[in-house]
Formats: sequence, C-alpha cells, structure tokens
Amino acid sequence: MPRAFTPKVVTANALIEGDVIYLTANNGWTRDLPQAELLTDEAHAQLRLLEAEQQVGEIVGAYLADAVASGNGPEPTHFREDFRRTGPSNYFHGKQAVGQ
Amino acid sequence: MYHYNDFDKAFLAERNRQFRAQVERRVAGNLTEDEFKPLRLMNGLYLQLHAYMLRVAIPYGTLSSAQMDKLALLADKWDKGYGHFTTRQNIQYNWPKLTDVPDMLDALGEVGMHAIQTSGNTIRNVTADHFAGAAADEIEDPRPLAELIRQWSTDHPEFQFMGRKFKIAVSGAAADRAVLKAHDLAVRIVKNDAGVVGYQVLVGGGLGRTPMIGKVLHDFLPRGDLLPFIEATVSVWNQIGRRDNKYKARIKITVHEHGLEDIRARVDERYAQIRPTFTGVDQALFADIQNHFAAPAFRNAPTVEFDSAYEANPLFRSWVDTNLAAHRIDGYAIVTVSLKKQGDTPGDATSEQMRTLAQIARDFGHDELRISHEQNVILPHVHKSDLPAVYAALRDVDLHAANIGLISDIIACPGMDYCALATARSIPVAQQIATRFDELKLEHDIGHLQIKISGCINACGHHHVGHIGILGLDRAGVENYQITLGGDATWDAAIGERAGPGFAYDEIVPAIERLVNGYLELRDSPAETFLAAYRRLGLAPFKAYLYPEAQDAKVRANAA
Repeated sequence: MPRAFTPKVVTANALIEGDVIYLTANNGWTRDLPQAELLTDEAHAQLRLLEAEQQVGEIVGAYLADAVASGNGPEPTHFREDFRRTGPSNYFHGKQAVGQ
Repeated sequence: MYHYNDFDKAFLAERNRQFRAQVERRVAGNLTEDEFKPLRLMNGLYLQLHAYMLRVAIPYGTLSSAQMDKLALLADKWDKGYGHFTTRQNIQYNWPKLTDVPDMLDALGEVGMHAIQTSGNTIRNVTADHFAGAAADEIEDPRPLAELIRQWSTDHPEFQFMGRKFKIAVSGAAADRAVLKAHDLAVRIVKNDAGVVGYQVLVGGGLGRTPMIGKVLHDFLPRGDLLPFIEATVSVWNQIGRRDNKYKARIKITVHEHGLEDIRARVDERYAQIRPTFTGVDQALFADIQNHFAAPAFRNAPTVEFDSAYEANPLFRSWVDTNLAAHRIDGYAIVTVSLKKQGDTPGDATSEQMRTLAQIARDFGHDELRISHEQNVILPHVHKSDLPAVYAALRDVDLHAANIGLISDIIACPGMDYCALATARSIPVAQQIATRFDELKLEHDIGHLQIKISGCINACGHHHVGHIGILGLDRAGVENYQITLGGDATWDAAIGERAGPGFAYDEIVPAIERLVNGYLELRDSPAETFLAAYRRLGLAPFKAYLYPEAQDAKVRANAA
C-alpha cells in the first residue's frame, strides 16, 4: 500500500537574497512559514509545486516540505525545516533576526 | 608570496567579467537555474540553507596582510562581518546576495584572489602544510610547487568536467601537517640517499562515505617529471573513473577497484605519451615562481623581552607552551593563532580580528599569514622578541586562546546550521564540548587530543581521522551522533573505528565527557596521549565508558 500523503508546503530559496521562502495560497511568496499555504491533497500539492517551479525569475530549488497544521499556520515536522525557518544556531542571524 | 603577473590579472578580470554577465542574464530571466548553476559553482557560489555561500580559495593557505584586509572588507561590506575558514584552506562567506557576488569577486581580484574551482568536478584549491617555509623539519618550501599546480590546473581544458572533484595537497616536511593521505593525490617533497630532492606521489586517499588511506604511486620523481606525472594520473582517472555512480566516482574507488599496480601501469603508459609534450616551459615557470617565495630577511636579535615575559606572565607562558612551533631560524617562532576560543564557532573570524591579524603580520610577521586545515591562523615568521607584543595585540581581539592541539581545538564543518548537504548540526556540538572541558579545567591535563566533527557522511570535518571522530546523522528525523575512535591525520594515518550505537543531540557531550574521563583513568601516565592509550588498549575499555548501561547489563547477566 502506498504511504499515506502527509501535508506539505512549497518552499524554495529567493533568487537574489537566497533566503528561505514559502508559497502562499495567492501564488505569492512569503518569508514567514505561518503565512504559507498548507497542502493537504497530494495531486494539488504536485500542481502547486509545478506552478512554483515556473517562477524561475524569483526562486531557486522549489520542493515540497512536510508540515502540520497548527493554531499558528503550518509548522515543520523535521528539524531541517525547523532550522530553515529559524536561522543558524551559532549566531542570531537569518530569519530569527528579522524585525529585531 | 606569489604576485600575479599581467597574464594572471587579465585572466581573472576576464573570468569575473564573464561571471558578472552570467549573473545579469540569470536575473533578467535569460538563463534558467539549471543553466546557471554550473556557472555559479565554477565561481565558488553555492546556495545553502539560509542564503548563498561564496567559497574563496586561499591557495596553499598563504595570505598577505593586504589579502587578509580584503577578506575583512568583504565580510563588512557584503556579509555579516565575519568569515569561516574551512578544512581545505578556503574562506566561506555565508550571507552574500547573488547580485553582490560579482563585486566581491572584483574586490578579491584586486589582491590576486579568486573563487575559481572551489566547487564543481574540477581540481580544487591546492592545499599545503600550513608551516611551509618556516618549519624546522622542512626539506623544501612546498608552496612554489603548489603554485605551479594551481596555475597548471586552473582552467585546464582536460579537467573541467571530470567524474567528480579532485583534491591535491603538498608538503615538504618530515611531519605530515597537510593530511596528505586523505587526498586524491598528494605530493611529498623528499630527499634521496644521494641528497637529491625529488617527489613522492600518493594517490587514492579520501574521507567521505568510503574512507581510504592514500597509497604510494611513485616513490621518487625527479623535479622535471612531476607535472606530467600528475597530469597522467588525473588523465587516467578521468577516463576510467566511474561516472555511473557519484559515490564511486572518486579516484580512491578507481584505485581500489583496479588495484594500485593496474593504475600504476596505466599512469606509466599515459606518462610515456605526454612526457615529451612538457618541453621545459613548466620548469622555467617553476624557477620564476620560486623567486616569488624567497625567504624574508630574518633578523638576528636578542630575545630578552621574550625571556622576561615568559618568566613574569603565566598566561603568556601557557600560550607560548601551547601555541608555538619550532621555526627553522634561531630566535624565530611559528605562532598558531587559535580560532577556537572555547564556546566560539571553530574557524570563524570577525572582520576586526582579520584586520588585527593583518596588522600583526605587517608589524611583526614579515607580512605573512597562513590558514590551516585545522581552521586556525598561523603567523609563520615571528621573532621571539616580538612575541609579547603579538600576544598583547591578539588579546585585544580575543584571539589569545591557548589551546592548540587540545580538546577544544576542534575541527567542525558548518553542518546543518548552514550546509544544504548536512544531516545534523556540528557547530553547537563543538561549542558545547569546548565549553564543558573549559569549565572542568581539564584541558591541559588531558593533553593532545583531536576531536573532529562532521555534520554528514561527506566528512568535511575529517571525523574519520580524529582521535575522537563525531559524525552527525539524521536517524528517523532526529539528530544522532556516531563516535569513531583512534583516527589519525598524520603520516601514520588511520581511519577511526566506530565505537557503537550513536547518541542523541543532548547525549553526545556527556558521552564525550565519560569517554575522556575514562581515558584519564586508563592512561599509564600523563605523557600517554589519548591516541597512544587507544592504540595500546584497543576499543573495548573505552567502550565501557561510552556505554555504561551495556556494561551494567553485562554485569547483571554474569551475576544471574
């Protein structure tokens, strides 16, 4: 039996800055994971990935990352995605420093 | 130091102009990422977890003060005020914007530096003994040879699209400080019984997924034969190396699968073909390069300032005893500046620290700096009378840690804090180990002990050759750390032995503490290093300290 589909977000890096971005429901990109579109249907997720990949002038390396719904929008399930949405652990740089 | 001639400058300016145009075409949408990626990698530009990363080569680890100042300028102007020195004598900037990189490369070009072939399936930055030109045990300065290899390999048309990357290291000393046996190809300058200087060539070493110790391919090559011999070797591998599987593409696998004798026969055959095409131009070039590396004008002066500071200041004395190495000239010392202050990120230097190091090199170091594969900075030529002033200047910028070769002098790759390939973090593990043993005040009692940490199987952190190696993996979605013991990065190179099951992120530091406490109990005297004790006793007694639960279970089972 194929493995059950788990919810995803489309994520990539921004072309110019190289930082982590997420696809939103209105086809834009956000730097804030809670604003991302959570994809719960496998076929829809694949379609959204294709649509994201077409935006070659804005992004690099789009892929589907596992996420779960929470009261505050999508949350990562794997530590790699947790680091991507936060920044490095040795310096207060990256996303964690934005707005500080 | 090598200084670029007009040809070098024109070549670099043209390459940078091309890359600037490539970036413009990518941003304008005229190149896809698939088209652009090999172009940016050719110029050292990676895309990592949080941002782009620019890897700049520091050929054979040698820098002038002007170059170090320029590295500081890049850090301030286009990055976050620091740089990360790597295990292959490169510096990495973790936060550049794509559109700033052409300006960064132009700035580097002003001081004869570049990022060419710091990525891709090419011949990478040629590394060397970081004490080159200064070490007391040296036969000959290996840097002219390294520069010759750099010039030969840069943009070499036959070696731009190989099956995999190819790493070369050179050394001219009795002791191996360049991890020669972990390189695809290594050259060791040797002297034969007749007193003639020649080259020993090793091949097929490498770490990563399948660690292998390099083997001697040729025992003694005359000077003029080396470059065609290297070209023949790379050429043979480039043709028969596997391209069906990237994990089996490195020359270590080719040597392993074909056998050393078969490779030697093929290299000899290829060598016979190409040797006549080397008409001596390379040797004329080599002679010219050698002139660039003339030794500085060493001075002959008394060392009273040093002697009195050594007597009077215990902190200075501790630093001297730990961070200095023997220089070939009386009255001089080789200073290793630690980038491993306990709790800091191994290999990182702020722009202020870089500028201070540049100033020290100008004032007291004959304008020379080196970067070691152990991620420290070396002032290769300091007169002993200047050491108190050097120490004071280093103290001002917190670069005075007295821990070279000790447990906190850890090699660590960037790991999952930056690297897109990593499977776990390395940096915080290194920080916590160093901090813990500093708190325990055990560091100097433990003595020489090398911990090397990699955040994935590719082994940039050299964990296989650490006395204690730590490999971070992703086990079912959780960071997990495997320990290997008994590795050795010197001429007696050895691959460490896996100790047993891995440890979770919050278990790894206590496990290392148990292991090291175990060593302190097991050693026969304070003079017996961790590695020596391990070689004498084997894995079993150390394992008992790492896995006390298993030990308890065994005792219970025996009692029942």
